[in-house]
Amino acid sequence: MINLVFNEITKLLGKRRLLVVTLIMAMLMAVFTYAQAKEIERTRERLGTEDWRTTLQQQIIDTQNRLGSTRISDEWRQTLQIRIAQQQYYLDNDINPAEPGAPTFLRGFIENSVQLLLPLMVMVIAADLVSSEKSLGTIKLLLTRPVKRWRILLSKYITLILAVSFIIFIFGLLGYLISGLVFGYKGWMAPVISGFVVQGGELDTASTFIIPQWQYLLMAFGLAWFVSIVVGTLSFLLSVLVRSTAAGMGIMLAALISGTILSNMVSSWEAAKYLFMVNLNITSYLTGQSPPIEGMTLGFSVTILTIWAAVALFLSFFVFTRQDVY
Amino acid sequence: MNNNMNKEITLSVQGLRKTIGKKEIIHGIDFELHRGEVFGFLGPNGAGKTTTIRMLVGLIQPTAGTIEICGYDLKKNFTEAMENLGCIVENPELYPYLSGWENLQLFANMLPKIGIERMNEVVELVGLQQRINDKVQTYSLGMRQRLGIAQALLGRPKVLILDEPTNGLDPSGIREMRQFIRFLAEQEGLSVFVSSHLLSEIQLMCDRVAIISKGQVLQVGEVRELLGQQERLLWKLSPLEKGTAILEKHTEVTVTEEGQVITAYVDGHQTGLWIQQLVEAGVMVQEMNRQVPTLEDLFLHITGGETID
Repeated sequence: MINLVFNEITKLLGKRRLLVVTLIMAMLMAVFTYAQAKEIERTRERLGTEDWRTTLQQQIIDTQNRLGSTRISDEWRQTLQIRIAQQQYYLDNDINPAEPGAPTFLRGFIENSVQLLLPLMVMVIAADLVSSEKSLGTIKLLLTRPVKRWRILLSKYITLILAVSFIIFIFGLLGYLISGLVFGYKGWMAPVISGFVVQGGELDTASTFIIPQWQYLLMAFGLAWFVSIVVGTLSFLLSVLVRSTAAGMGIMLAALISGTILSNMVSSWEAAKYLFMVNLNITSYLTGQSPPIEGMTLGFSVTILTIWAAVALFLSFFVFTRQDVY
Repeated sequence: MNNNMNKEITLSVQGLRKTIGKKEIIHGIDFELHRGEVFGFLGPNGAGKTTTIRMLVGLIQPTAGTIEICGYDLKKNFTEAMENLGCIVENPELYPYLSGWENLQLFANMLPKIGIERMNEVVELVGLQQRINDKVQTYSLGMRQRLGIAQALLGRPKVLILDEPTNGLDPSGIREMRQFIRFLAEQEGLSVFVSSHLLSEIQLMCDRVAIISKGQVLQVGEVRELLGQQERLLWKLSPLEKGTAILEKHTEVTVTEEGQVITAYVDGHQTGLWIQQLVEAGVMVQEMNRQVPTLEDLFLHITGGETID
C-alpha cells in the first residue's frame, strides 16, 4: 500500500497541482495582507489614534448608526446586533479582538476561507484524482496490474488526505510568513474570547471563555481541515462518477458557490440545513455568528458533514470496484 | 509451428458473454492459448474484439463465462491471474508528464519484486535506453508503443495481450513490431494474443487465429490452413480460350467478364508446371498473380455470404 500511495504522490507532483495551489494561496495572502494593512492605516488616519479601544468604540457607533436605517432586513439587523454585543463584550473585558500580528491575520483569514477558498483549493486536487486517469486512458494500465481495485482507490484516497493536510499546513505557514512581514510575528498568546452562543437572535455570553490565540487557531485549523476533507471526499466521488475532470469541478463549484449564497438566504427553509454546503462555514461557531438556520450547532454541522462524507466514500468504493472501463 | 513445444494452456476462455443494457454484444466466446504461440484475434471493427480483450484483462466484468490465466480464475484470483498477464489495451496511454523511467517505476511498484535490474532489462529489450529519461510527452507514437511493451513485459508475464499493436506505426515500425512479437513467442516462450482487423498482418505473424464477427467466434484454426483454402491465382492469358482449356485439365477455372482467369492456388511446383504447359502450347502468360484473400473474402467464405457490416 505504501508503494501505491507513493505512486499517487509521484503523479500528483508530476502534474504540479500542489505547486499551483501553493502559488495561488501565496498570491492571495499577499493581496489580503496588503488590503488589511491599507485598512488599518485608513482607520488610524480617520480616528487619529492607535488605541484599539477608541477604534472598537467607533466601530460600535458606526454599526449602531446602520441599524437606525429602516431599509435593513431583519436578518441583517440581527447579525449586526450580535456583532455589536460581541464587540461590547470584548470592550467590557478589556480584550483587543484584533491584536495586531500575523496570528490575528491568520485567524481572520482562516475564518473567511473555510467556506469557499480552501474547499476550492482542495477541489482542484481531488476532482481529477480518478477522472484524469480516465480521460488520459491510463486507468486501463492502472486497473490491469495485479492489484485489487479497492486498494488502488484507497491509495488515491490516502493521497487525497495527505494532500489536504499539506494544503492546510501550507496555508497556515504562508499566511504567517507573508502577513508577518507587515504585521509582525507576535501575538500567539493574545487572548481570544470564544464560546459565544447565539440563541433566538440574542448573544448569550454565559458560557464564554478566554483562550490564547494559538489554541484558538489550532481549533480553527482543525475544523478547516475537517471541512476540507469532507469537500475533498465529495469531489473524489464526483471524480469516480464523472469521466471529465471539468464536469466534476463544475458540479462541485456550483455546489460550493450555491452554499455561500444559500447561507445568506435560507433562514426560512429549514430543511436546507441538511445540505452539506450550508454547513461549511464551520469556524463561525467559534466566533459566535448567528448560524444560517436557527438551531444549527457545531455538533450538528459536524454530524451532517460526516454523514455526507461517509456516504460519498462508500459510493466511491462501491462504484469504482464494479464499474466497467471502456 | 509450435508442434515441438508442449501444448501447455496459458489462457483459457469459456462461454464468455457480455450483455450491456438489454443487448447481448458478446455471444459466448471460447478459445485457448498455448505456450509459445502467437494467437491472432481477427475481426472487423465493431465485431467485439475490444470488448473481449477488456474482459480478458479485467477491465469489464463478463456477464457469464470464465477466463483462466495460467490456471487462475480472473474473477476469483484476480491478483494471481494478473501477475501472469501483460497487456496493452488500445493505445499505450502513459503519464505524459512523467519520464519513461518514472512511468516504469510506477508499474514496477505495483508488481511484486521487480527491481532496477528488470527495469533496465526491459528498457534494453525494447531499445529505449537513449530516451528513457525524457518526458513521455516528447515521445513519438512508436516510442510510446515500445514503452507500452516494456511495461507489459516488466512482470515477466506468461501471456501478453496486445490490442492492434501496429496501429499508427509506420511500415518499418510495423515490421519491427512483428519481428519482436515473433521473438517473444519463439525465444521467450510467451503466449502472445494479438488483435487486428488486418488479415495481412495476422497472416504474417500468427500461428493460429480466431475469426470473430458480431460477438461470435466463427472459426479457430491454423493460419495456413484457414488461408490455404482461400488463396487464388489470377491469370491473364492470350489467347484466352486456348489457355483456359489447358488449365481446365488440372483445376477448376473461372473466367471473369474482364477476361481474367481465376484458379485455385495449390503450391509453387504445380504453378510452375502449369505455366510451362501454357508456354509450350504457345499461350502467352501476360500476367499471373497469387492473391491472398481479403478479410472480406474470408468472411464471405466462412459465413457463406454474410458481409461485414
